[in-house]
Amino acid sequence: MIDLCAKPIHELRDLLRRREVSSVELTRAFLTRIATVEPAIQAFVSVTGDLALEQAAAADAARSAGEDLPPLAGVPVAIKDNMCTNGVLTTCSSRILANFVPPYDATVVTRLRGQRAVFCGKTNMDEFAMGSSTENSGIKKTFNPWDPARVPGGSSGGSAAAVAAGMAAGALGSDTGGSIRQPASFCGVVGLKPTYGLVSRYGLVAFASSLDQIGPISRDVEDAALLLNAIAGHDPRDSTSAHFDPPDYTSFLQRGVRGLRIGLPKEFSGEGTDPEVQAAVAAAVRKLEELGAVTVEVELPHSPYAVATYYLCATAEASSNLARYDGVHYGFRAPADNVIEMYSRTRSQGFGEEVKRRIMLGTYALSAGYYDAFYLKSLRVRTLIRRDFDAAFEKCDVIAGPTAPTPAFRIGEKTSDPLAMYLSDIFTISVNLAGICAISVPCGFTEDNLPVGLQLIAPSFGEDRLIAAAHAYEQATEWHRRRPPV
Amino acid sequence: MGQISEDQVRHVALLSRLELTEDDVRHFAHDLSSILGYVAKLDELDTSQIPPTSHSLRLENAFRDDEVGASLTNEQALANAPESEDGLFKVPPVIQDGGGA
Repeated sequence: MIDLCAKPIHELRDLLRRREVSSVELTRAFLTRIATVEPAIQAFVSVTGDLALEQAAAADAARSAGEDLPPLAGVPVAIKDNMCTNGVLTTCSSRILANFVPPYDATVVTRLRGQRAVFCGKTNMDEFAMGSSTENSGIKKTFNPWDPARVPGGSSGGSAAAVAAGMAAGALGSDTGGSIRQPASFCGVVGLKPTYGLVSRYGLVAFASSLDQIGPISRDVEDAALLLNAIAGHDPRDSTSAHFDPPDYTSFLQRGVRGLRIGLPKEFSGEGTDPEVQAAVAAAVRKLEELGAVTVEVELPHSPYAVATYYLCATAEASSNLARYDGVHYGFRAPADNVIEMYSRTRSQGFGEEVKRRIMLGTYALSAGYYDAFYLKSLRVRTLIRRDFDAAFEKCDVIAGPTAPTPAFRIGEKTSDPLAMYLSDIFTISVNLAGICAISVPCGFTEDNLPVGLQLIAPSFGEDRLIAAAHAYEQATEWHRRRPPV
Repeated sequence: MGQISEDQVRHVALLSRLELTEDDVRHFAHDLSSILGYVAKLDELDTSQIPPTSHSLRLENAFRDDEVGASLTNEQALANAPESEDGLFKVPPVIQDGGGA
């Protein structure tokens, strides 16, 4: 049964459709796999075994009744613990929400229920999605399935580790500055950050509202397309949801890369990037050329300013979004004699270190006397970063480079230096600032057997290009077939 | 841009409704100064003629008709409340006896 857990969603879908396996059998296999592997990996905040078996039985019953079921029907998936699930604990990996049971579903969760997907659990993350290693979780640490001495990346580290270790067939993550792509790269799986506005944020616990976006983490590119098909599209409950009618993303899988113009920004190949990562990415670009793509040099002259820009606008938005955690309506409350003390104690005891640091930084950047110099300045540089991409995409169709400057780093390696941790998102952050889309796809391994990710970036609503190019590359290589030793 | 003093840290903590120990104040002053030192590189750029981008989607306001739709019941809305009474959220005193709040 264990080999079922290593299969991509599209193969499981075919087995289910041919009745070679039932959803209950499949779900039991995944729950057994979780019971075996989870003690070493710690990817989940909650494993929802009873719910999963109930959903699996319902999917089997619908199939037996002759219903024509969608691709995700009966397939066990995991959901990052910052997406609201009606009646199921949603902690955001924070002590302040440790007992929060949402009375409603996020729109993406409603969409997955509509597909009759099976929910095997809620995955661990950096508290409030603030971090790049999942070490900032207020609940537990997650370990990289390729090397348990290393981080899975973050903030969607639980989702990436769960997919890599075969504890879910696919997962949802969220990406504010790289939180889908960087853990996908560290765990050797596919991670897609959709264009801002393509996927509804209704029911996603807000971190930085102009940057947050939900997307798939999967074993291969075809699965990313299937998951994106399920969650993309306008939602009247999210006022920033785009009025865009999404195509069937699986229809681009066979398009290939002949004539595709791949932009190579010289800013992405500089010092500070691990030589093994550089070599793997360079080899991936050559492979894409062999497949018929052409490369052009492009410039993103403001990308060296992206991390600084991000840590002002994202923290400013976070300080405002997290004002709602005051111990009144839900979550943790610290006892106190008056309401002001109650707010301060609740927040001081409920939030972890990194969340406090970002609230402080954001509050400072927005405070009287500093607003123009910090917050407004960052929004002006954000315009420059967006214009860089506009200019680059006049010369190319997609941009290629590394997802992260290094492979997975060691647990504890960067926890004492917040700035060093922030810089691990140096190649992913500008995509969120510009609101465009990008994918990380496995492109090799280091000598230590750690996965490396290739990042492909496309303009707004250019997910078709990402899927076509990433699938062509993936199918010409074997990286996505490797499994971690766990 | 650059340094942030311990007094500024205390002021920002008050604005943020965070209670900090003296230890916290010292290390936040250190961390925030180092982060602000890094973000000071934005000063290298002349942005006087550049409009700000607060949002990447060029969206108009998303208006809708003001119609009552499905909503949570009182019980559902209070289910996660740390404390409630008579169908309402309950909080500690806002104004103390003797007038000092």
